[in-house]
Amino acid sequence: MKPLTNSFRDKLQFLNEAGELIQDLPRHLKVNRLVDFYQTLVMIRLFDKKAVALQRTGQIGTYASCLGQEAVSTGIGFAMQSTDVLANYYRDHGAQYLRGVKLHQMLQYWGGDERGNVFEGDAKEDLPNCVPIATQITHAAGIASAFKLRHQKRAVVATSGEGATSRGDFYEALNLAGVWQLPLVMVVNNNHWAISVPRELQTASPNIAAKGQAVGIEGILVDGNDIIAVQTAVHHALEKAHSGKGATLIEAETYRLCDHTTADDATRYRDANEVNQAWEKEPIKRLQTFLHHQGLWSPNQETEWVQHCQQHIENEVEQYLNMPPQEPGDFFDYLYEELPYAYQQQRDQFIAKAGGVQHGH
Amino acid sequence: MGINEQLHQNDNASLSQTKIVTLVEAVNLALYRAMNDDENVVVLGEDVGTNGGVFRATLGLKETFGCTRVMDTPLAETLIAGVSVGMATQGLRPVAEIQFMGFIYAAVEHLISHAARMRNRTRGRLSCPMVLRAPYGGGIHAPEHHSESTEAIFAHTPGLRVVIPSSPTRAYGLLLSAIQDPDPVIFLEPKRIYRMVKQEINDDGIGLPLDTCFTLKEGTDITLVSWGAMVHETMQAAKELAQEGIHAEVIDVASISPLDMDTILMSVRKTGRCVIIQEATRSFGVASEISSRLAEEGLLYLQAPVAKVTGFDTPMPYFKNEQIYMPTVNDIKNTVKNTLEFA
Ligand SMILES: Cc1ncc(C[n+]2csc(CCOP(=O)(O)OP(=O)(O)O)c2C)c(N)n1
Repeated sequence: MKPLTNSFRDKLQFLNEAGELIQDLPRHLKVNRLVDFYQTLVMIRLFDKKAVALQRTGQIGTYASCLGQEAVSTGIGFAMQSTDVLANYYRDHGAQYLRGVKLHQMLQYWGGDERGNVFEGDAKEDLPNCVPIATQITHAAGIASAFKLRHQKRAVVATSGEGATSRGDFYEALNLAGVWQLPLVMVVNNNHWAISVPRELQTASPNIAAKGQAVGIEGILVDGNDIIAVQTAVHHALEKAHSGKGATLIEAETYRLCDHTTADDATRYRDANEVNQAWEKEPIKRLQTFLHHQGLWSPNQETEWVQHCQQHIENEVEQYLNMPPQEPGDFFDYLYEELPYAYQQQRDQFIAKAGGVQHGH
Repeated sequence: MGINEQLHQNDNASLSQTKIVTLVEAVNLALYRAMNDDENVVVLGEDVGTNGGVFRATLGLKETFGCTRVMDTPLAETLIAGVSVGMATQGLRPVAEIQFMGFIYAAVEHLISHAARMRNRTRGRLSCPMVLRAPYGGGIHAPEHHSESTEAIFAHTPGLRVVIPSSPTRAYGLLLSAIQDPDPVIFLEPKRIYRMVKQEINDDGIGLPLDTCFTLKEGTDITLVSWGAMVHETMQAAKELAQEGIHAEVIDVASISPLDMDTILMSVRKTGRCVIIQEATRSFGVASEISSRLAEEGLLYLQAPVAKVTGFDTPMPYFKNEQIYMPTVNDIKNTVKNTLEFA
């Protein structure tokens, strides 16, 4: 299959900051589809804002926002087939949402409740949310190996930040993906910061897409604020993977407009000007401008859609807040398929203590 | 910045200073003092430079000692531990930070297979005077992997020291000694009490002894043994028990490994009863080791079976349910009473 770009240095872009289409839409995308993209981006941004507010009022715990990076994960979600598998990281609200993870489950996860990882729909085989950076990428390589072994026409998308590319797990999975020609797509959300550490302190490489070359796989650099570019690159990589032509590394360049998490204060280590400039490039405005110009989206539609999103989010928040507590026995019952006899007594003690804790003793 | 500028004022090494600090500030002071006194001391880890560490333990160090001695590393724990081993064989004294203990596992190969063995493997030709610091323990409403207590893994490894402070004074003194120690030390900081109490400490650069327990409260009826954040629940339980006429002796183990069994045995010889309190999961841990040593070496002093108050044998529940997991003052008091009631 022909590589998507001439070199890992060429940044793929369709829609520029001003909302102008700088090249024809790729053949697989009809312009109407962009309305779906836009609507989901708005839903995710409004949800994200709500989640931050819930953290501030103590209704969920520490939360990792995806502000400014919505196009990466949403673009991935719009490129994946339902039979593919997602090995996500914590800023993948968009893809998870599109694969059927409910917003109230995301709140449950960030609200300190294990049931937030019980996915249904397309996500039923997806990996759970992953905190230890980059480890999901090696698991993704394992899943891809299983698909290959069984001659299944399925692929895995593994995501991470650019900080994660410094870990062995990233390199080891990337290397294996090359050697074994795995149906694996690794997407790096290069948002330029890993907590307080800038991208320049992670790698001296010209960019992250370049790392594909070292292991013999295609590396593609895309404008991660252009959902068309992201969706196109992932679509290309998945077609390749589905037809047995191997793995792809995609670097989606964005900017982390938010703090690292709600526990972080980014003003300590980065310049406000840098953030302000990055706002000029954010992903949603440009698509809105484009759709307006095309006559595909009106201010009325905007108002209605925002209202719809807010209503949906409110319902999901209600559902989250009204979830009954977990059964305390569950903390033992999922340790093994069957609880070994050795743990039985502790399970009883745990349940007894849970009763006391819940009654405030 | 305010706090730290104050902290680091008058840092003339010869001039000892009294300061009132929290545990995390005590860590910061010890690092500052060690870097000031020995140019071989370097600090490395994720976000330790400009950001001063996610808990601010390394605040102000980069500004004072520069980015060649205070290094923001790429995001890679294997690297942080491995590089520290290499630096240490050259006589540098790296103090590496692993951001949370839950992310230490990628570093374990270097700690167990190399740091712990370098001296032994080379019959003393090379050594590994490094310190690896990590915040540990639960109870702070954090996401998954930010709350575990897996000190037993390291205590199970000969060649490593495992040190856990439970107060600002001991954080300062023990960290200084850990940095000066010629062998590798895993220094675990109970983050739940990072800012719980303030203590007056004398910033004199003088360490506290390693491989030694600290008796925090004397008593005659029962011995309570604990370490880390749980020392606070233990002291509270002892205080409440005293009001009921039960006089507990409280020991902060502090150096988990090598273990100062003598202090514990001496105490149990006096009290005849012992409860061990640990936050970690119940089985195969440090409490089990202490209990086994009491059975082996103190059986004839004991008037009741040794009891443990611990977490449960589950992964640390996500924070909504972490309070069920955490040992409480009441758990300790009840166990003490049961132990005292044993004929
Ligand atoms: C193995 C491991 N080490 C450290 C951490 C703590 N940590 C959480 S997020 C993060 C930075 C991640 O940066 P990056 O990969 O660039 O992703 P971003 O958060 O910027 O999207 C760190 C150091 C962790 N979760 N896992």
